[in-house]
Amino acid sequence: MDMFIQLLISGVLVGTVYGLIALGFVLVYKSSGILNLAQGELVMLGAYICYTGINVLHLNIALAFLFTFAVSGVMGIVISRVAIRPLVGQPLLSVIMMTIVLSIGLRGIAILAWGAETEGLSIFGHSYYHIAGAVVSEQSIWAFALSVLAVVAFALYFQKTKGGRAMRAVAEDQQAAQSVGIKIINVFDHSWLIAAVVGALGGILLASGSGVSIELSHLGLKVLPVVLIGGLDSIQGAIIGGVIVGIAENMAVGYLDPVVSDWGLVGGGLRNVFPYILALFILVVRPHGLFGQKRIERI
Amino acid sequence: MFNKPAGTFNASYTKDEAIVRTRTQWGLLIILVGILAVVPYYGPLASDYWINFLIYVAITVISVQGLNILTGYCGQISLGQAAFMAVGAYTTAILSSKAGWPFLACLPMAGLMATAVGFIFAIPAVRVKGFYLAITTLAAHFVIIYLIISLEFTGGSIGIYIERPRIGSIIFDSPQSFYMLVIGVTIVMTVFAKNIVRTKVGWAFIAIRDNDLAAKVMGVNPFTYKLLAFSISAFYAGIAGSLLVYHLQFAHPEHYGLTQAIWLLGILIVGGMGSINGAIFGSIFVRLIDEITNIHISPALGNLFPSLAGQMSAALGLLVFTAIVGIFIIYEPRGLSHRWQLLKASYRLWPFSYWT
Repeated sequence: MDMFIQLLISGVLVGTVYGLIALGFVLVYKSSGILNLAQGELVMLGAYICYTGINVLHLNIALAFLFTFAVSGVMGIVISRVAIRPLVGQPLLSVIMMTIVLSIGLRGIAILAWGAETEGLSIFGHSYYHIAGAVVSEQSIWAFALSVLAVVAFALYFQKTKGGRAMRAVAEDQQAAQSVGIKIINVFDHSWLIAAVVGALGGILLASGSGVSIELSHLGLKVLPVVLIGGLDSIQGAIIGGVIVGIAENMAVGYLDPVVSDWGLVGGGLRNVFPYILALFILVVRPHGLFGQKRIERI
Repeated sequence: MFNKPAGTFNASYTKDEAIVRTRTQWGLLIILVGILAVVPYYGPLASDYWINFLIYVAITVISVQGLNILTGYCGQISLGQAAFMAVGAYTTAILSSKAGWPFLACLPMAGLMATAVGFIFAIPAVRVKGFYLAITTLAAHFVIIYLIISLEFTGGSIGIYIERPRIGSIIFDSPQSFYMLVIGVTIVMTVFAKNIVRTKVGWAFIAIRDNDLAAKVMGVNPFTYKLLAFSISAFYAGIAGSLLVYHLQFAHPEHYGLTQAIWLLGILIVGGMGSINGAIFGSIFVRLIDEITNIHISPALGNLFPSLAGQMSAALGLLVFTAIVGIFIIYEPRGLSHRWQLLKASYRLWPFSYWT
């Protein structure tokens, strides 16, 4: 039972970060209909930028966060203008391919600038707490708290501000939004900016536990099973999907790894695969995720 | 838009259906095959380095042809091609090194094994489309690679060494002889692909790509044909993986990463989706540019910026690839094969080429 609670709590903590990153993904999809398969690389780059801010520019933590957000935000806008804007109105396949190829390019930038080294990123304390019989590190509590904060901030942003409302309007109906004077292209830039910033924050939070490396992009790719489970166009789905994936992969490590190693599957890499297996099962049962809209197709 | 050569009329259905229509085309085809046969022995490419490069390109062509049938003709995006290549590669490696099977038994077995695995993953995949499909194939990739790394008999992250291929008493131990073998397989697979896409099956794929609901209304069962497209594509990947493992004489999960799957998709885009020529053009073009980048440009840039020299070669290839594919997606989404069609049309109408 102790193990169960331990796995559950650490799953929820890391799952919130996944949910946060998934939020950035869902946002781009809702406002522009673009599926951003480069989100994992945005996550990785965010962590590397923060590493540079702290270890090379010697900023303090708050400034390093701001520095990361600024650089990632600019990167998001550049991606939106250079790569995405020319593809407005192109078939889905082209747009998906563009983001896939972008992920390769961003990986190239990371290798060029940081040499694909694994670096430590210890920005939070190293103490441990006991909560409800589980041992929880200070880092994961920070990650959880900041993710929740960010999610709440974005929810408020969508509900209360002009920019957020414009994004919701575009998500609802692009033509109608245009007819009331919303510049769609600005909204695209906007959503990419937010996606990059959210990805960067998620990257920092993940890296503060695992360290910064190129492999962080695979960790960031876990956003894809998250949105599959939650449903592509649902913000609460993204958060809940994130928590589900976080719990599921921890449970897989705790309960399934010993089982599969009896079957001859050694090495314990199940943690990274299990979210995808779960997503495959959910797709077979509910092709549109738990909260996604079922679309009716017409010819 | 694309005219036949002047004075060429198809007087019979047989002639109308022919792939090679005119005497000139037959002549060019024979010359091409002749060049392919002679290249490893005479001329500027007759060194081990270039022969190995050509072998690699030919293997890429096979894999991209398979992906072309699935993505280009049937419209189903797939990120799993590298993993299906891995299935073919490991089938070959295990059968050849542990059971001692010969080349002619391993090659089809690799294809069939990849087909079987592709079929299993296609069952959830054909239910979904677009982005969901991309993720499903991504899941297939991660699961397959995980199994290969974790299982004992696949050698895990150590890999498996295998012997040179042999047919009967002939051992293909020189690059030249292996080149002949690979080119032979590539030609057979390309002709096979060409014939798939111009028969009933191919038309059904195209109908599904253009609008799968409309295809269903017309009596094309999308479920069956998508499964078929996945299986064919996995078969091609299996054959390519098998040849690759014979070429490298070593099977390792590193060779079949997600990046490889993305490269194959990128090559398809550059060559032109939905075109048999395109897969060939794309493979040659992208691999050649990558080779030039690795050999000439990245050392030069490394000398200019010594502090970045270490990571330059790894990073520059990725950046150049991104730039090329990005430019093609934006400015020429129909790829090199479309350019080739334009060139042919303009040649036929010369000197009034501006009519096209």
